[in-house]
Amino acid sequence: MTVADLNKGQRAIIIDVSSDQIPLKLLEMGCLPGNEVKLLQVAPFKDPMYLNINGSYLAIRKDTASLITIELKDA
Amino acid sequence: MPKQINVALIGNPNTGKTSVFNALTGLNQKVGNYPGITVEKKEGICKLPRGVKAHILDLPGTYSLNASSLDESVVIELLLNKNDKDFPDVAVVVSDVENLKRNLLLFTQIKDLKIPAILVINMSDRMKRKGITLDLDVLESKLNTKIALISTRKGEGVDTLKHLINNYQSLSTEPCLDTSTIDSTYFENLKNVFPNQDLYKLWLVISQDVNFGKIERGSSSIQDFKTKTKSELKRLQQRETIKRYQFINNVLKEGQQIDSSKAKDFRSKLDRILTHKVFGYVIFFVILLLIFQAIYDWATVPMDLIDEGFANLSSWLQSVLPKGVFTNLLTEGIIAGIGGVVIFIPQIAFLFLLISILEESGYMSRVVFLMDKVMRRFGLSGKSVVPLISGTACAIPAIMATRNIENWKERLITILVTPFTTCSARLPVYIIIIGLVIPEGSFLGFGYKALTLMLLYIIGFLAALVSAAILNKVMKLKSKSFFVVEMPSYKIPLFKNVAITVLEKTKTFVFEAGKIILAISIVLWVLASYGPGDNFNNAETIVRTEFPDIGEDAFEDKLAAHKLEHSYIGLVGKAIEPVIKPLGYDWKIGIGIATSFAAREVFVGTLATIYSIGSANDDDELGEGTIVKRMSEEVYDNGKPVFTLASGISLLLFYAFAMQCMSTLAIVKRETNSWKWPAIQLVSMTLIAYVVALIAFQFLK
Repeated sequence: MTVADLNKGQRAIIIDVSSDQIPLKLLEMGCLPGNEVKLLQVAPFKDPMYLNINGSYLAIRKDTASLITIELKDA
Repeated sequence: MPKQINVALIGNPNTGKTSVFNALTGLNQKVGNYPGITVEKKEGICKLPRGVKAHILDLPGTYSLNASSLDESVVIELLLNKNDKDFPDVAVVVSDVENLKRNLLLFTQIKDLKIPAILVINMSDRMKRKGITLDLDVLESKLNTKIALISTRKGEGVDTLKHLINNYQSLSTEPCLDTSTIDSTYFENLKNVFPNQDLYKLWLVISQDVNFGKIERGSSSIQDFKTKTKSELKRLQQRETIKRYQFINNVLKEGQQIDSSKAKDFRSKLDRILTHKVFGYVIFFVILLLIFQAIYDWATVPMDLIDEGFANLSSWLQSVLPKGVFTNLLTEGIIAGIGGVVIFIPQIAFLFLLISILEESGYMSRVVFLMDKVMRRFGLSGKSVVPLISGTACAIPAIMATRNIENWKERLITILVTPFTTCSARLPVYIIIIGLVIPEGSFLGFGYKALTLMLLYIIGFLAALVSAAILNKVMKLKSKSFFVVEMPSYKIPLFKNVAITVLEKTKTFVFEAGKIILAISIVLWVLASYGPGDNFNNAETIVRTEFPDIGEDAFEDKLAAHKLEHSYIGLVGKAIEPVIKPLGYDWKIGIGIATSFAAREVFVGTLATIYSIGSANDDDELGEGTIVKRMSEEVYDNGKPVFTLASGISLLLFYAFAMQCMSTLAIVKRETNSWKWPAIQLVSMTLIAYVVALIAFQFLK
């Protein structure tokens, strides 16, 4: 499961990021294994996605989101 | 004289770094460019106690020392180059109390460079609302630094910061982390090859390439030291980032408490409306309408005043100065030229005001979020929306606003298509022609004339989008595409920041564009005031013999018209007549079009002179009605009117598409660092304009 599969309002823990393709900037903003991610809002067609990652509020495109593997957190 | 302290302001975007800069320097600042690149360089002077002065350099916002854009690379290049004259004695790292964790990442990197660093924790006024408490003593000792807790909104803590800057020499330069632990064998190796170099610096230089290839490196031997592949290096960077966060988490565990039950969640409430799938777009649309309203309605009052003021100044100078070439050049060339720049100040200032309010409040990021998917279909980015909106006032600031688009291809396409949007300079041309050729009457309650005008705006936007889609298909530019937009918290804009932005940007516009417009208008004046041969030089005699019985006023009119026809610019008009004839224009319109290549708004003025309405002195008091009337009476030799529905529509479409603005071309050259792109713009847009106008005229006539 990746961030692209999240539904609005769901929380998850980041398991792995394919660091080869993901911009370092995103890692530096806290998108790292072990950190929490929550999907706050989505634009139409779920792209881009507005997330809270490790306390940082940011929007990324869906293709980038699909590079972040996660494990869903129970509500 | 005491030595000046070099201070570099460094920080993440959206931390209020600029507010801190403004608080330290006030209006003691200047904006320039870094040599050779278009990154803005802001510097200022801050007066400290005991006559000490600090030179403050506001570096571009960056999330870390690993650059991913030109703006960010400026920061790294400065911090790695001890010989740079701006190399800081002390770095002031600005952080935002709500994002302390992320902001500290950059702070630890700067500490590891062994540059004395002060930590500024900004926006302290928000702590209570967010339930945040800080133990500054713990933070100071754990981070081995001095902290200034400040609120630029309330003006608190700035003196503490000044005091810390003044005593920078007492700061510790101990690094926060030992980076070499992420791969000890690798770093051991590195140390053996470069025994005299700082390991962290070496690592920064080596790893820089992975994200951003443009950094020039001093020693080529470092470049050879690539025993790691790109992805290995990237994995190391990830490990380094994780290590830094471990350190930061440990620091914050003791130094920061967040009681989320006390936090007021203003953001999510607003976000639910402003980024809503339906309401979000409706609100955005309403805001757009308001911006148009402001620019067209409210800005006209000061614009009319300026117009009148310059006309009065010109005729006053004409009456007090001795008649002669110099007076003419001054009043008709230079003052008219300066007036042509100054008249745009209200619109430009209004636009900057509104845009900077949208940006400061945090709303602009939401628009970018909403529009990204739509814009991407056309090869643009969500971030292209801002320039396209600004383009309806003026393409020049709009093109400057493309700088925050990370992807070069998306940015370039945005720059190339922005001039299609209907800028304010097209408006006078549209209004005159529409008044002339579009019949009265209405469709579903909307007047034909208003509908035509609206249609022209829509055509402008569509032209921008369609050409963007074509460019996207045609251009084979490889450019790493990533899109990360920080969604800052909502804030009420700080008056001081907004005011300084408006002031600085307007100043840049006036001086950058002003130089060009001024030069062009002088050249135009010369070309229109002088001509070769007897036809021009003996104009008075010729007109007298041709019309022996007319009054003095009418004589002046005829003389001006005759002179213009045989001036250099008149000859140009005659020369291009064969080219523009198929579009339905005569040589006079041709001159109007030719002068419009300096700036579109010149068209109406040129036609006014050409049709010699009124005598030379009251040109500026012409009502639009008189020009329209005179134009409608304009006939060819065979008695057919020049301005018909066919030639009028053709002219409207020509102005909608043609690239007729020297200043825009100059800005595009500056932003793309090459003449290639403005040249392509000029040729292709004008070609499109020609073909469309040709089809329209031939079809309608």
